[in-house]
Amino acid sequence: MDVFLQTLVAGILKGGLYGLIGIGMTLIMGVMGIINLSHGQMMMVAMYVTYVFFHYMGLDPYVTLLISMPSLFLLGMLIQKYLLNPLIRVESILPENQVLMTVGIGMVLTEVARFIFTSNYLSVRTTYSTAAWYIGGISFSQALCIAFGLACTLTLALFLFLIKTDLGRSIRAVSQDAEAAELLGVNSDRIKVITMGIGAALVAAAGTLLLPIYYLFPDIGGPFTRKAFVITILGGLGSTVGAIFGGVTLGLAEAFGATYIGMDFEDMIGLIIFLLVLVFLPGGIKTLTKV
Amino acid sequence: MAYFEAKGITKFFGGLAAVNGVSFKVEQGQIYGLIGPNGSGKTTIFNLINGFYPLTKGEIHFEGKQISGLKTHQICRLGIGRTFQVVKPLKRMTVLDNVIASAFLHAGRKHEALKLAEETIEFCGLTAYRDKPAKSLPIASRKRLEITRAVATKPKLLLLDETAAGLNPSELEEAIALIKKISASGITIIIVEHIMRVIMTISERILAINHGMVIAEGYPSEIASNEEVITAYLGEDYSAQS
Amino acid sequence: MKRSYGPLLLLICLAVFPLIVRDQYYQHLMILVLMWAAIGAGWNLISGYTGQVLFGAACFFGVGAYTAALLLHKLEISAWWGLPLGAVVSVALAFPFGWICFRLRGPYFALATLALNEILRHIATIWESLTEGMVGILVMQTFVSKAPYYYIALVLAIASVVIVDKVMKSRFGYYFVSIREDQDAAESMGINTTFYKMVSLCLSAVLIGLAGALYTNYMGFIDPHVVFSLHNISIMAILVGIVGGVGTVYGPAVGAFIMVVIDELFRSGGFGLLAALGKTMQWPFMESVTKYVSQAHTLVFGILVIVVILYLPNGVVGDWELVKKKIFFWKRQTV
Repeated sequence: MDVFLQTLVAGILKGGLYGLIGIGMTLIMGVMGIINLSHGQMMMVAMYVTYVFFHYMGLDPYVTLLISMPSLFLLGMLIQKYLLNPLIRVESILPENQVLMTVGIGMVLTEVARFIFTSNYLSVRTTYSTAAWYIGGISFSQALCIAFGLACTLTLALFLFLIKTDLGRSIRAVSQDAEAAELLGVNSDRIKVITMGIGAALVAAAGTLLLPIYYLFPDIGGPFTRKAFVITILGGLGSTVGAIFGGVTLGLAEAFGATYIGMDFEDMIGLIIFLLVLVFLPGGIKTLTKV
Repeated sequence: MAYFEAKGITKFFGGLAAVNGVSFKVEQGQIYGLIGPNGSGKTTIFNLINGFYPLTKGEIHFEGKQISGLKTHQICRLGIGRTFQVVKPLKRMTVLDNVIASAFLHAGRKHEALKLAEETIEFCGLTAYRDKPAKSLPIASRKRLEITRAVATKPKLLLLDETAAGLNPSELEEAIALIKKISASGITIIIVEHIMRVIMTISERILAINHGMVIAEGYPSEIASNEEVITAYLGEDYSAQS
Repeated sequence: MKRSYGPLLLLICLAVFPLIVRDQYYQHLMILVLMWAAIGAGWNLISGYTGQVLFGAACFFGVGAYTAALLLHKLEISAWWGLPLGAVVSVALAFPFGWICFRLRGPYFALATLALNEILRHIATIWESLTEGMVGILVMQTFVSKAPYYYIALVLAIASVVIVDKVMKSRFGYYFVSIREDQDAAESMGINTTFYKMVSLCLSAVLIGLAGALYTNYMGFIDPHVVFSLHNISIMAILVGIVGGVGTVYGPAVGAFIMVVIDELFRSGGFGLLAALGKTMQWPFMESVTKYVSQAHTLVFGILVIVVILYLPNGVVGDWELVKKKIFFWKRQTV
């Protein structure tokens, strides 16, 4: 029973972080219709930024959040402005140019990271990396709990931003109907750039928060992009609430898979869930709950 | 047994009935018109006949066979062809290739398909555009291509969805002439149209629908003087006459 | 009617190549070019012509490669039987593959093929009792010289181009492109789109699977990381297709040549030029530069993807007019 509860807790906490990854991606998908296969690689960049500031300046990762989020925001904006927005005007026979472009971007990000940092596994170990709080015999990893808390805060902030601010409303408008939004005076190109920035910033936060309890190497981007997918699809494309549920679901699935089946299968579980959901539930959990 | 019959066809999208209990019969060789204001369910009816949407309720019979539930390509094979309201040219293919692709339904070999395509293109008056890529065609010719492609599948029943929309007066005359020519060759036609002049002059019988339900059925003259139809169309009549 | 002698001339050159160029290194490169021409042709059929973009070509390549390897390793039958059997197994894979993926449109199809690629790679790695996992399988090479392999690859490459050409001129070709241009219109024209998408996929699977089986026989060693590789097989296949020209008959062959040259250019540090330069100029840093350059090929692939999509989306063959203009422009500048 203890093992079960332990796994449950670990799954939910991790799921909160996963939700953050998923929200970024689903926002991008909802607003631009872009499938960003470099999402995990952007997270990797944030993680390297966090590592650098920890190792060379002794900055605690939670402080580096204030650096990694804006830098990835900028990176996301640049990518959208110079590489993705222009694609709309490109005349090509190949239908999936945009997905392919993000694959290329992901590859470039990974290889540049490899060039600078080599393929070595790096880690950031802080006082709270391995510390845990104990409630009733169940250990609550401190780092995960703080990460979960910060993830919830950021998610809440995002919701408030989308609902209450003008910019947020513009973003929602473009995600519903870009043409109509343009007719109402919204510069949809600019909105797309900003949205990609926001998505990148969110996944940067997830990366920074995850680093103290994870490890880092250039190829970490790929598996996380796939996880982002699973989360997004599980939660229903474009649904930010769904992404949270998707994140928790994946977190739980991975935790239970790791405990009861084996560590090797972590990636596979994600992939199989992904395929199953794509095949049987094209609308994601959203269609089940009719939200 | 009528040549084509729709019995109580109904289609629900979520809680909304786009088409509700519509029934009508079409005789062989007729030109049967379908009118109704925007959003009344006309294109949905076509999508139901064509197999794009499954029926929620009701049956569709063609030449004595039940076709509701069949896949779109099977329905085409049985002899029902269709044009789309928003035209779907195969953009990166030439007009000739567009029609050859259609012609392959009934022509086994490439040279047969080529011959059928050439004949159909000539019949429909598109010979001038034969080797042009479909994406370079102006709207009137795209609509004509849409019809040509459908005719090349040798349909017995042709569903025409707003083929006259967006045409200027001379193009309109040509479109009407083409439709009459197709009918004269023995093909039964069900035509959806907004432009009253077109549908009133060429239809033999007309079905008027609103909010997915039948409001009137009869000869053009009857429909034109029908109270409910005029109410549903108040205003539309004026723009059609001009 | 004007007879074009270009292809015939090229054919003759290709046929006598191994007799004239004896250096095994260049023969190896040409074999790679021919193999990629076949893979590219297969990819192009389903992705370029039928519009269902395959991001997981390695699925069929790996399956073909393992069929050949396992025939020898487990059943002690010559790995050459892997060619016909690899094609069969690839087609068999195409059925569930298509069943899963074709119900999805556009980018979701591409994603599903990517997921399948990764799943197959994981399965091959984990199922050690069947595939020996990461240890890989060693196959004794039948021939010492490269020439026989070259000719088999040449036959495969030519067959691929010819098959694609013939198919595209037939009813299948028209149907494939119709599906690509507008699937709904195609259905309304009486085309059974599910069936024809499957046919296209099976044909592609055969060509790619055959290349995989050939790879096993030629290289003599395979493991999941190599033959199911996302970057070195699946993305490479896409690059061969887009650099050469999506939806053209000769595109994949041109793309194969360009991509193998570029890949080898980086892998060998400019065909050894960088190292030679370092030696003659006594620049010690050239050694590490050469090392970096040789490891940069994935980076180059990534950059190439970005650049080609933005500036040459229809490839060298598809955007030939654009390429000619650029070359012309450059020529005029130097005059």
